[in-house]
Amino acid sequence: MMGQRLVSSLLSRCLYASHRILNPLTRQERKLGLARRISQRFSTLTAIEDPVTPPVEVKYTKLLINGQFVDAASGKTFPTLDPRTGEVIAHVAEGDSVDIDCAVKVARKAFDEGPWPKMTAYERSRILFKFADLIDEHNDELAALESWDNGKPFEQSAKEEVPLLSRTIRYYAGWADKIHGLIVPGDGAHHVQVLREPIGVAGQIIPWNFPLVMFAWKVGPALACGNTVVLKPAEQTPLTALYAAALLHEAGLPDGVLNVVSGFGPTAGSALAGHMEVDKIAFTGSTGAGKIIQELAAKSNLKSVTLELGGKSPFIVMDDANVDQAVELAHSALFHNQGQCCCAGSRTFVHERVYDEFVEKAKARALKRVVGDPFKQGVEQGPQIDEEQFSKILEYITSGIDSGATLVAGGGRAGNKGFYIQPTVFSDVKDEMTIAQEEIFGPVQTILKFKNLNEVIQRANASPYGLAAGVFTNNLNNANTLMRALRVGTVWINCYNLLDAAIPFGGYKMSGIGREKGMDSLNSYLQVKAVITPLENHAWL
Amino acid sequence: MAENGNGSVKEGFEMPEIKYTKLFINGEFVDAASGKEFETRDPRTGDVIANIAEADKVDVDLAIKAAREAFDHGPWPRMSGYERGRILHKYADLIEQHIEELAALDGIDAGKLFAFGKAVDIPGAIRMLRYYASAADKIHGETLKLNGAYQGYTLKEPIGVVGVIIPWNFPSMMFFLKVSPALAAGCTVVVKPAEQTPLSALFYAKLAKEAGIPDGALNVVNGFGPTAGAALTSHMDVDNISFTGSPEIGSVIMQSAATSNLKTVSLELGGKSPMIIFDDANLDMAVGLASAAVFFNKGEICVAGSRVYVQEGIYDEFVKKVIEVAKGWVVGDPFDPKVNMGPQVDKVQYERVLKYIEYGKRDGATLLTGGKPCGEKGYYIEPTIFADVKEDMKIAQDEIFGPVMSLIKFKTIEEAIERANCTKYGLAAGILTNDINIANRVSRSVRAGTVWINCYFVFDADAPFGGFKMSGFGRDQGMNAIEKYLQVKSVITPIYNSPWL
Repeated sequence: MMGQRLVSSLLSRCLYASHRILNPLTRQERKLGLARRISQRFSTLTAIEDPVTPPVEVKYTKLLINGQFVDAASGKTFPTLDPRTGEVIAHVAEGDSVDIDCAVKVARKAFDEGPWPKMTAYERSRILFKFADLIDEHNDELAALESWDNGKPFEQSAKEEVPLLSRTIRYYAGWADKIHGLIVPGDGAHHVQVLREPIGVAGQIIPWNFPLVMFAWKVGPALACGNTVVLKPAEQTPLTALYAAALLHEAGLPDGVLNVVSGFGPTAGSALAGHMEVDKIAFTGSTGAGKIIQELAAKSNLKSVTLELGGKSPFIVMDDANVDQAVELAHSALFHNQGQCCCAGSRTFVHERVYDEFVEKAKARALKRVVGDPFKQGVEQGPQIDEEQFSKILEYITSGIDSGATLVAGGGRAGNKGFYIQPTVFSDVKDEMTIAQEEIFGPVQTILKFKNLNEVIQRANASPYGLAAGVFTNNLNNANTLMRALRVGTVWINCYNLLDAAIPFGGYKMSGIGREKGMDSLNSYLQVKAVITPLENHAWL
Repeated sequence: MAENGNGSVKEGFEMPEIKYTKLFINGEFVDAASGKEFETRDPRTGDVIANIAEADKVDVDLAIKAAREAFDHGPWPRMSGYERGRILHKYADLIEQHIEELAALDGIDAGKLFAFGKAVDIPGAIRMLRYYASAADKIHGETLKLNGAYQGYTLKEPIGVVGVIIPWNFPSMMFFLKVSPALAAGCTVVVKPAEQTPLSALFYAKLAKEAGIPDGALNVVNGFGPTAGAALTSHMDVDNISFTGSPEIGSVIMQSAATSNLKTVSLELGGKSPMIIFDDANLDMAVGLASAAVFFNKGEICVAGSRVYVQEGIYDEFVKKVIEVAKGWVVGDPFDPKVNMGPQVDKVQYERVLKYIEYGKRDGATLLTGGKPCGEKGYYIEPTIFADVKEDMKIAQDEIFGPVMSLIKFKTIEEAIERANCTKYGLAAGILTNDINIANRVSRSVRAGTVWINCYFVFDADAPFGGFKMSGFGRDQGMNAIEKYLQVKSVITPIYNSPWL
């Protein structure tokens, strides 16, 4: 996620990793009708053997409401699965609307009566800084839990994502005492103050692809501004949010300020988004679910909504590019986190002059990608999150083949259990193909050819999404033109996936509403109140 | 033993060990090139606490060279703001572990209340440091809206080598008021503490190194204004000078900057701040705030509310009550927790305050209480109140920097505003009223950098602080302070085929 530096260090390790023979295709894949089409010679995968035992125990499986871990009112639980095997890691309390009501009620009380919003901002920041220190102390436990529940490489969790969690918390801790309203000029003799007040109870629904990073992006600014929170983690990855929330309480967070209710979208998620006592809802996930959230907000109390949704982000390689570097960056832009990134560079536009060389090298790079148990050192790619995603991605691969794109690497399952997929590359992709239009959310790179700048701008923008874009060129004018012309929330020029705490992130068009991270995110968690009073015998206006 | 008036001095407190007495240059404690030393004294007794290495031009040059090198080639400005912030937070953690020792150092060196140092001064300095530690990653340039097909943006770059000259009244607070935003911005710093209070700054230098601030990024050179201070302010390789002290010295510093390399200057100078009390004010609160505003820290504070304007309707009652409070104000050893007020910092200040008390009597003001030294040794002075003060009297015009209140009666708001502004200073003002219209009107009318309404001395890391008029220019504290230590660079380049301008 942190881009080139880490990718290149992982790369250098993977060059020395052993490449073993891949397991034959499974019955399930034959059932999916892929076996005929997929040639094994494309894959060089680390064998997926008996899974490594994660070096962590599951401590928290209940709901966290009012500072207490409690069972769901219904007593129900749901299993959270290990994507490496599909086996149960733990049974987790399943919140539904009753539990959401209860959590919202305590969050409401914690907001209306305090102490959280009534503390000084400095005091709030001290608790958040303490939390960040505790995250650092528990880095490897959090990372192990994250990788176990999600399937992402442990090194990625431990060296990039958990540090990004503490870093983002520190960033917002530092904002707490720097939230300034303006004193604005009146047209007449009035004194006008603008207060920026915490918005109240924030509902937050986060996805499974970066559970802890998403926790940071949501909880950090909400708490720094003095709000209270009800958080619903994804049902696929409920474990680390509970762990992090426990650390936050250890750091001194008052009860009721952060409540974590695990559960499913249609029950717990809907209850939160449609609740009359929730003042703001923030959601990261699919565009489809985002629409439902906004509708629920509209139908209930018109709570303010921020949405960070899907993408089909272009990665544009201009003709002056150093092809080797472009290939590496485009590869990481797409394959990072098993391709499960909303900002994945999933349309690789390559200038015709470098296209053939690029495709050859992109193929070679994909074939070298080390797939295997995320707890093994040197592994770049773990399993997809769950069977649903796994099957969906394989269907997209089939669709790509059927629509006439050229499969140059991968194309099928890796290993014979769990949800591993071979790093897959398609060339000769056309804009109208489904694989070029829809968000696959998997390790499937689609390479498209273009001739000139205006054409690529037009094609890159011809998407309902507008989350991010990559631009690879050393030509200053091209870079500047693309920077302004691309209708996306983030443009990475000669880099990708740089997600520093201070950099705002969010989408144009159907990629969402609002921004997370940076100063901009504070606005989502603050009300603006103008206070006007007459001035008598003013000395100046 | 602490008593009002007799000045008995308690010897009970154990002296902190003096660990650092040399100059701190390029990450090392070193002797002055000349080998010279000066004495720093305990204002409770006038006894020598320690001999301190005395920097002059040669040493200041060395310190600037180290700071220049650390800025031009060192890691400090090249780190991310987050990394600098992490180191500064670590620095704050280390200070937190030594609060008692640091409060004691300022206590013996400046005669400051030990309990207050522990509870307010040192934690306040830590708070300041943490504020800027987390501001380091929040320095934003802007993208611009140019009149043509151009892409433009501003870069906020660290200004370079910063010279800091601070006074003796709040040694710890002043140190971090200047050093924290400068370091957060990515600058390197040479600090000259006051010669009266050289001790805590050296301790802070040591902790800076321990926290991981690179060698040369923070240097401390103790010494005197005409030698070390002048060398710093006139140096061609110093990019900015930040000074807190008297207007006379502020003027010298500005001239020195002008005749050398036109370095940018910020000055936080003296004050003669009015405390304006209206008829509708809560009288007890007014009495409490007005006396604290001028007697706190023995009146050795630039924002002291040293001119107290009281509206005629409550004047007589106010006078009665404020005399009582002054008489009950306990003067004595600053290490005694029962004491409200310690000795003046040194003999010079002590004699200066007594001289002003004489001026007050000579010019016809009415001495209501105090007016005398107390105790047989040390530099203790009674809390002193003059009534019937006129704006043209010396005690109403000059900054006394001692526990001397000037009381003035007024009739109308207009009169209060006019008389409050009748000063060459403009540092702060207090307003005591419950009337929103009076509060708003006077806030805008008083020409001062800080206005406290129904409170006083509410300093906050987030609240910019500095003066109008001859109280100086530039602001410390708040995000404004960081701006002093930043250059603004506009970057402009043509842009072709932009879909919007």
